[in-house]
Amino acid sequence: MKRVYVNENWCLACHLCEYYCAFANSGGHDMATALKGVKLHPRISVEEKDLVSFAVSCRHCQEPLCVKSCITGALTKTDGLISIDRDKCVGCQTCVLVCPYGAISPAEDGVMQKCELCTKNGCEPRCVQGCPNAAIVYEER
Amino acid sequence: MSKYVIIGNSAAAIGCVEGIRSVDSTGDITIVSSEEHHVYSRPLISYLLQKKTDLKRMKYRPESFYDENHCDIIYKNTAASIDPEKKSVYLSTGRSLSYEKLLVAVGSSPFIPPMAGLESVPKRFAFSCLDDALALEKALTPTSRVLIIGAGLIGLKCAEGISGMAGSITIVDMSPRVLSSILDEDSSKIVQQHLEEHGLKLILSDSVDSFAGGRAILKSGQSVDFDILVTAVGVRANISLVKDAGGECGRGITIDSSCKTSLPEVYAAGDCTESVDVVTGQTRVMALLPNAYMQGYCAGRSMAGDAEAGFTNAMPMNSIGLFGLHIMTAGSYEGETYDSYDNGFKRLFYKDNRLVGFIIAGDTSKTGIYTSLIRNRVPLDTIDFPLICERPTLMAFSKETRKEFLGCAR
Repeated sequence: MKRVYVNENWCLACHLCEYYCAFANSGGHDMATALKGVKLHPRISVEEKDLVSFAVSCRHCQEPLCVKSCITGALTKTDGLISIDRDKCVGCQTCVLVCPYGAISPAEDGVMQKCELCTKNGCEPRCVQGCPNAAIVYEER
Repeated sequence: MSKYVIIGNSAAAIGCVEGIRSVDSTGDITIVSSEEHHVYSRPLISYLLQKKTDLKRMKYRPESFYDENHCDIIYKNTAASIDPEKKSVYLSTGRSLSYEKLLVAVGSSPFIPPMAGLESVPKRFAFSCLDDALALEKALTPTSRVLIIGAGLIGLKCAEGISGMAGSITIVDMSPRVLSSILDEDSSKIVQQHLEEHGLKLILSDSVDSFAGGRAILKSGQSVDFDILVTAVGVRANISLVKDAGGECGRGITIDSSCKTSLPEVYAAGDCTESVDVVTGQTRVMALLPNAYMQGYCAGRSMAGDAEAGFTNAMPMNSIGLFGLHIMTAGSYEGETYDSYDNGFKRLFYKDNRLVGFIIAGDTSKTGIYTSLIRNRVPLDTIDFPLICERPTLMAFSKETRKEFLGCAR
């Protein structure tokens, strides 16, 4: 299946992926009004140190520890995509305790959120579309 | 005759069904459940009382789970005995079931130490299953004075669950520390202070000697008046079903890496078992939901004929939130330590070039990176150790490893 892949050699640490992610999941119509003055809770995050940077989001693992460890059954894997039923999640953070990539985190309300490849936003992953340097791509590998 | 019989209906049982179905889509499965509830998540009972979930949402799997997986379920029955030679299990109602493969996933039971006059306490509850929580909820009034015996995971989650519904909550524990099974002295002090700030009264290094009327007399001589008692001292693995049939047991049912017991065609998974802790190499009971599910899944694959199925990286780990403070722990607390008080509390334990454990309270973001270093026994000289101590980050791994993590299908 197609997933988001990262090539750190091209990452500029511009953080646009975080903005596009937060915007795509905000339900808003334009980025400026959706994000201005709002604390961002993007589902992709850029790690940087010295001159190295790269974006991290859910790897949609074949053997997902988060799904297996979820105490509520809120995290499920269907056709390779790991998604979360935010209505079931109680914010216990067991998924945070087991994700080897640090790719799942709480939203503002304490309920977990994660990259679902923009499947619930009706588009291809926005972070990829917004990356100016193809450091994030969406493809089959 | 059912090809597969599963005794138990919680996380390990569900893992087993999903494990079987990943290999064998048609073999009959029969599940025996002591409770009369569709599969629900046991740890959610405190969240239920807090109204963070409800009976519908706390189901561990969708309503259609048993039908979709072609499972027969027998409610309100327990297994009384197993005859491994006849490959039969006898139920408490007298019914017997024959099997080709059997999973014992019967969990644990609350352990209640002897306390004089306990039987005379009218409003007395355990806190381990849904019916316990519903009964406790019914008994509570806004003026109830609640006494909880046990400041461990169950007792404290219970306290949080009922804190908005009771007049006062007092917790007594014989240990000098709260959460003594997962916290060390320094971290327990931080958690204790946090709990006290949220109105819990904690009486530590003490225990109940006797009950008289609505009063508990403690060993120290002080007394606590109460209306409702919750016993949450601890649990013991339910081993008798396998032990009585001649199966090998320690504190839990002994299983191998494919979750097989010493009895032929009998498997076991979850809180009733003991297994090897990947960190220390020692055999112990690790009663936690993720391990239960993963053991059950492994048992299921193994029962359905997957000779490769194995679950060999069990380790103790906990994620617990109490009154807004998140606490995560994993592994064992030995070797050298790295401490940080920047965003709450963090103590990493490392030994022989490996991270072996941690206690984190407060900022828990990306903690899974630490857990994975422990689980995968990653040599610390292959990563940027000072950086990983400072914060859990993939930046601490080599460029090649990062490419595997982020540039390849995982």
